[in-house]
This record gives sequence, C-alpha cells and structure tokens, in this order.
Amino acid sequence: MNLQGKSVRLHDMSLRDGMHAKQHQISIEQMVSVATGLDAAGVPLIEITHGDGLGGASLNYGFPAHSDEEYFCAVIPQMKQAKVSALLLPGIGTLDHLKMAHEHGVSTIRVATHCTEADVSGQHIGMSAKMGLDTVGFLMMAHMVSPEKLLEQARLMESYGANCIYCTDSAGYMLPDEVTQKIGALRAGLNAGTEVGFHGHHNMGMAIANSLAAIEAGAARIDGSVAGLGAGAGNTPLEVFVAVLERMGVNSGVDLYKIMDVAEDLVVPMMDQPIRLDRDALTLGYAGVYSSFLLFAKRAEQKYGIAARELLVELGRRGTVGGQEDMIEDLALTLSRARGVLPT
Amino acid sequence: MSKKLRAAIIGPGNIGTDLLMKMCRSQWIEPVWMVGVDPESEGLKRAREMGIKTTAGGVDGLLPHVLDDDIRIAFDATSAYVHAENSRKLNELGVIMIDLTPAAIGPYCVPPVNLKEHASSLAMNVNMVTCGGQATIPMVAAVSRVQPVSYGEIVATVSSGSVGPGTRQNIDEFTRTTAGAVEKIGGARRGKAIIVINPAEPPLMMRDTIHCLTDDEPNQDAIRTSVLEMVREVQRYVPGYKLINGPVFDGRKVSIFIEVEGLGDFLPKSAGNLDIMTAAGLRTAEMFAEEAHKGTLQLPVR
Repeated sequence: MNLQGKSVRLHDMSLRDGMHAKQHQISIEQMVSVATGLDAAGVPLIEITHGDGLGGASLNYGFPAHSDEEYFCAVIPQMKQAKVSALLLPGIGTLDHLKMAHEHGVSTIRVATHCTEADVSGQHIGMSAKMGLDTVGFLMMAHMVSPEKLLEQARLMESYGANCIYCTDSAGYMLPDEVTQKIGALRAGLNAGTEVGFHGHHNMGMAIANSLAAIEAGAARIDGSVAGLGAGAGNTPLEVFVAVLERMGVNSGVDLYKIMDVAEDLVVPMMDQPIRLDRDALTLGYAGVYSSFLLFAKRAEQKYGIAARELLVELGRRGTVGGQEDMIEDLALTLSRARGVLPT
Repeated sequence: MSKKLRAAIIGPGNIGTDLLMKMCRSQWIEPVWMVGVDPESEGLKRAREMGIKTTAGGVDGLLPHVLDDDIRIAFDATSAYVHAENSRKLNELGVIMIDLTPAAIGPYCVPPVNLKEHASSLAMNVNMVTCGGQATIPMVAAVSRVQPVSYGEIVATVSSGSVGPGTRQNIDEFTRTTAGAVEKIGGARRGKAIIVINPAEPPLMMRDTIHCLTDDEPNQDAIRTSVLEMVREVQRYVPGYKLINGPVFDGRKVSIFIEVEGLGDFLPKSAGNLDIMTAAGLRTAEMFAEEAHKGTLQLPVR
C-alpha cells in the first residue's frame, strides 16, 4: 500500500468514546490533562461528550461524573490549537443541547444515526450547518448495509448540510476490503467538497489496517483514541496509528513521542480495566454488536449469571442497534428466569 | 336516540385508517366522515368502500355537514402544523377534538391515568401525547402513585417502518413532548425520553423500558402490585400490552420492561406504537360517550 505524501486529519475519541470504557466517570482534572496533552501533541480535533453524545446522561446509558457543559467549560478555554467536537444522537440529544455546545465554543458537531435512519438528522445537521459549524454526518453500524445503501443515506445527510460524512464501524466488525468498498463508494458518490471519514473499533484487531484502507480509498479524517481508550476493545490506538503513518510517509501533523507519552503517562493510568481484545470484546466484532454494549453485558453476567458472550451473540442475532442498552438487562432477565436462576 | 357519538377522522393515512377499523367495532363511537385533502388518496378510497362519507376538501369540506350529521367528536391524525386551525374550526361548532398529532395545544391524555379527569371537565381538546408516552406513562404513574418519583426516564424502541416522515423530520418534538408528559401525567418531578429506531427485518415489536428513581427505598411489594394493576388497565384497550420483565429494583432505581404488540387492524402487529395511539384515542372518545350517556357529562348544546 502506498500512501506516501497523503495528509490526514486525526480526531481523538478518548474523551468521548473513552467515556464508555470509564462508565462516563472521567474527572474534570483527567479531561483537562488529557486534552491539554493532545493539544500540545498537535492533535487537531478532540471529541468531548458523554459516551452516548449530548444529552446522553441517563439511567439507561449512565449518569456521568460531570455534565457536558462542565467539561466544555473546563477544557475549551485551555486549548491552544486543538478544536473540540461534540457528538449528538437524534432521539437522545436535542437542538437545545446543540445550542448549548455551540455557546460553549464547540466547533464541530457530529450528528450520529443508525446507518439506515439518516432522515432523523435533518433538523440537527441543518441547524449546525446554519450556525456555521463544521458539521459531520456519522452513519453508525455501517457494516449492516451495502455500500449503495450507505451512500444513499450519506447523500441525505449531505443534502441537510453536512460537510463531512463518516462510515462508522461501531461494532468493529469490518475487515479492510469492506472499508475500501464503503469509503470508496462514499468518496465517489458524494460531492467533491464533502469530506469522508472513518471511525473504527479494534474488536477484530483490524482498527489500524481498516484506517489505512480508509485513507487509501479517500478518507480525509480518521478517528482514533489515545491508548485506544474507547468502547469494546477500544478505538484505533492513536499513538500506534501516528507511528504507522510516519513510517508510511503520511502527514498527520501529530508529534509521535508526545502522543506516546500522553498514552502511557496519562491515559493508561486512568483506565479502570485494560482496554484489550478479551473474549467479550472479540464477540462484539465477531457478532457485529454495538461496542458500548460490552460493559453492560459484563455487568449483566455478574448480576444474572448469563455469560456476556451469549448475551452479545443473541443481541447480534436480533439486529440490535446502538442505543438499545436496555435490551441487555432485559435479555439477561428473560434467560435467567427461563433457566431457573431467578424466580419466575 | 342512539347512545353512540358520531365522529369524523381527519387524515386518511395509516393512523386514520387503523382508527377507522377500530371504530367500526366500537359500541360507543360511530364513524361518519373521513376527511382528506387528496381526492385520489388510497385512504379516502378505503373509507368510501367501508361506507363512510368522505371529503377531499380538508376540514373546510367537513364543516357544512357537522350539524346536519351531528358530528360530536373529531380525531386529528394529520400534523402538528395544521392541528390548531382544525381544532379551532371544529370546537366552534361544538365538536370535541382528540389530537393524535404532537401539537399538544390541549391537555395531555393517557387514558388509564387521567382520562376520568378530562371526561368530567369536558376538555374540548385533548392531546394523546406520543406513542412512547402512551406506552410508558402508565408505568411511571404506577410507581409514582405508590411513592414520590424524583426522576422518570423512558426508552422507546420502534421499528423503522412504523416511524413516519413527520416524526422523522422533528424527532425532538417526540422527546420533548414525551418527557413533559412523563412529568405532568406520569408524576415524576423530572422526566426524560429517548427514542431508538431499529430497522431489523422482520420488524421488531415496540419495546419500552421505564426507569424511575424513587425518593426513598422503593416499596417493592406495593410497586409490583401497582404495576400489574396498571398493565391490566392498559390491556383493556391494548390487549397486546405485555410486561416482559420487572419491576426490577436496584437501590432506588425501579426498571420495567414492556412490549407492545398491535392488533394488526390496518397496521402490522409490530407497529404496536401506532396501534397504542389509535386505541388510546378511541378509548378517550368512548369515555366521553359513556359519560354523556350517563348524564355526568353535558355535551355542547345544539
């Protein structure tokens, strides 16, 4: 693969996708120190939001240590060059949250929908674009549809005003050929002025390879997470990816040693558990299940005595999508009762 | 004089047609008019085939017939944008409006929780909240009637095919209206609503999860009894309303897991979310008719 001379914009997820791995309990001090480190390392864009986006604070997904507003207020004024993005899932977050993020200096809004439901994002993408923000359409669980369908949905988001569209491998299911096809289809089918991005998870061990395939097929933005801190087996580990890009002659503008140090000195010590490809995270990738289900399934296993792997495989078989975390406890309760573990 | 109240349905789409099919079985409500705007619409054609009078002239096409045909109840299954005008015109002629749109200009109505109040005070416009609200607010109320609830949160998961373009273009309206009614009708001091759309084939049944935080340690036995009673109340007009799991208790958190299977009249059984709206709307109208028949409610004089 020859990527020599290409440029890519890296987007760090550790303080948003990493919120899943931290059960949304990242402290203000940790937020500020990691963001400051990433800023100094030259990472151009840092996402800061509840793991489930603006308005995600809930019993269903978990209440965070602090509100999105508090995190924005603490981090954004400290940034010297990095911009801050926020995620919004229509159905969870609303235009009110979007306005709040804008008022606090968030400069990129990423509006995320399941890969077949782009038409719920019109009002949010429209308002973000109207406010003059960098506006991204984020098509989740993109492994579940064909490249043609993905392009059709991407075009809807583009028509609402998005200037960048992501192919999001929320389950960490994709293999490089699939990434090549899907990013290729988006690149060929969207307006030349619309950027294409890729968001990976490492559940099949493919995050780096998939991200490279995405660049080769025309992606201009790649999501990663310093030390991989993210849902499931984590996102594309950013320090590793920066090293690979350097070897391949791709310009990212990120300082390798500095981001290695952020990973090792700041992020690894704050992990509640090692972010690794354990059997449950592997099951997410193998069965095509939304990565943030991981810790919910592990907790359900502890509480109801049904193996997380069994729960995840069944949820995959049912075609569960992002946001349906409630179905994990529901399924565990049902199976547990059927097996006489719980009284009926 | 028949005890039945005579009704018009505005909006001959999926909801309006499903409502018409349910109304044909009602002991209390007689469907007379179906109102649309497109003379070629399938919905108007279907209504004509069922022997219902139709107009493609919108509400204005209905107005000249309201008094002659003694129309007492109208169901608005159009959109929030036109509802206020429809309601004003029909209220002037003494027609009670059941609002199935998210316009919510009248008070919220969730039949097993507060229908009796509306029936006794003759609200001329009642709003049926949202599908998610109809499916979940009875459960929030079942907890809050036992002990104070500081926070109520509902997650409604619906099949992709059952979410129409109106809801998709303004999904914030769903979350806002539902959250407001979780507070006002459900009795939670603070409410939150989440909607998830799932495209799986075959389509999944509507699923609803209700979480409540009680002020004090939950009274498990009383809450369990109250929830089971409330499920039976909803089942009176939505037979496919099922408690799948719960109530489950975790500290002060109470979680309830519901499935809503529709009757499959016009909409598929998986579209329990649409079915619960039409069933709740009809149930509301029937209550008005029952109260009027008993003489406890005086209909506007004609």
